[in-house]
Amino acid sequence: MGFLDKNVSDTQIKLRNRLWLYFLSAIILFLLIVPSLVVIPMSFSSSQYLEFPPKEWSFRWYENYFFSWKVENGFNDWMAATRTSLLVAVLTIFVATPIGTLAAYGLTNSTSRLRAALFPIMISPMMVPIILVAIGLFYFYVQFKMVNSILGLVLGHSLVAMPLVLIIVMSALKNYDMNQEKVARSLGASRPRAFVEITLPQIKFSLISASLISFLTSFDEIIISLFVSGGDNSTITRSMFLALRDQIDPTIAAISTILIIISSGLLIISQLLSSKSK
Amino acid sequence: MAVLDQNLNQAALTQLARREHYTFFGLTLPYLVLVGAMIIIPIGWLFFLSFVGRDGSFSFENYERMINSKAYIRIFLTTFKISILTTFFCALLGYPLAYFMSQISRKWANICMIGVLIPFWTSLLVRTYAWLVLLQKKGLVNSVAVDLGLISEPIKFVHNTSGTLIGMVHIMLPFLILPLYANMRAIDPHCVKAASSLGATPTRAFWTVFFPLSIPGLLAGLLIVFVLCLGFYVTPAVLGGGKVIMAAMKISSNIELYFSWGAASALGVVLLVVTMLILFIASKLVSLDQFGQRS
Repeated sequence: MGFLDKNVSDTQIKLRNRLWLYFLSAIILFLLIVPSLVVIPMSFSSSQYLEFPPKEWSFRWYENYFFSWKVENGFNDWMAATRTSLLVAVLTIFVATPIGTLAAYGLTNSTSRLRAALFPIMISPMMVPIILVAIGLFYFYVQFKMVNSILGLVLGHSLVAMPLVLIIVMSALKNYDMNQEKVARSLGASRPRAFVEITLPQIKFSLISASLISFLTSFDEIIISLFVSGGDNSTITRSMFLALRDQIDPTIAAISTILIIISSGLLIISQLLSSKSK
Repeated sequence: MAVLDQNLNQAALTQLARREHYTFFGLTLPYLVLVGAMIIIPIGWLFFLSFVGRDGSFSFENYERMINSKAYIRIFLTTFKISILTTFFCALLGYPLAYFMSQISRKWANICMIGVLIPFWTSLLVRTYAWLVLLQKKGLVNSVAVDLGLISEPIKFVHNTSGTLIGMVHIMLPFLILPLYANMRAIDPHCVKAASSLGATPTRAFWTVFFPLSIPGLLAGLLIVFVLCLGFYVTPAVLGGGKVIMAAMKISSNIELYFSWGAASALGVVLLVVTMLILFIASKLVSLDQFGQRS
């Protein structure tokens, strides 16, 4: 058992005396990762009730989800909600990423005084409690008849995603030498052309990861959707939340399993991208 | 002649610089317009509504009701109690893990980091639902505890404060670990080494050298978690089962059930002011700390 006497810290603590920290950390990591995974076996249960482990297995909750447009499967049209969520999330990428990138470019190049004044305003959607943003938007949309519209959802979600895009792109531009654009322009390129041909290719990985974050932010957003969407344009998170609050439908376990697969996939892609951009 | 040219040149350059300045400001305009139209104006409007009484005139009645009503006092107390307890448990669990990750090699720390990031990226609803399943009376936690003989009868964990707390700690933990770990990684390991070479025991070296250096990261994490908890809605609504009512839920029910914009706005303004105050204090603390590190 010689390895227990190995020094594991700068203060010459032996592994033997630090095993507790290893165990404790393992338990905390376990508690972080594993609880969410419980929805996977639950989703294959044939029972209506939340028993664990399930006694019998079936695909009925997946059927319920994928064929929810058949009325006999219940009144929640999960497929329609999924389509709305996907559409809104994709549109959010196309609103939040360009607007956030332009602002990041402008802010990085502008004077530090302007930057200091504008930055806090620009990240305010992250600072203000989301419930206030949601009821503010609801009030605003009522005036313009935008409640329950796709446009309203996209703008609301973009508002929450833009600060994340701003922060990601600004940190990419911080490591980028703006003089390269000057060189291109001194050789006759216009500023937009210099940006597109010189800067853009070098920050493309950050832009892709900003797009992923925008997508996920919109797809996972609950509170704004709860207030400004409804009827035919209900998002999947809104339907899930209402189903969770009112009664427990095991279809949610099936949807949760699919969501875990999607978010893990996006996490892996973003990790690969960040290792590539370094 | 030469002097004139130089002046002309200078004037042209200044004009160019000014035009550039406007261009860069112009690029931020779409963003600013969206934030202005969709955050600043609506919230300004809520602020205004909070001072409008039932009869439509200017009044403080929405705020007076908050001070005089027992129900509101209870909501404030619940919100603060849940937020403080969640923050406390996050620190209790997050500090050891962040410390552990800062002590092992970067390669292993990055692997542990994935463990921290997975829940961070998993939908909030999925995690809340998972806890609902786990903590049910017939859920996994109860059945394991009964089988092990820890408890004789299943305990009701959900639809009360304990369920809300468990779910919220799980959801908030990554927000504490990320800034804390970044701070701990940046601590110069030589400081601790120096303390131990001067004769400090490992415990003493930790408490007198490492811990004080990690306080800025801890404080940043604690404040982020606390502020997020104050405005939290989804998890208490589902795991609290209507018995744990926090500020955000009251704002929502004021509008959804009672269409009482004045009451909702007043509560919202209080929530906003408290949040902004904490963030303001946080920004002072963080910048002070950076100043300290530089000097």
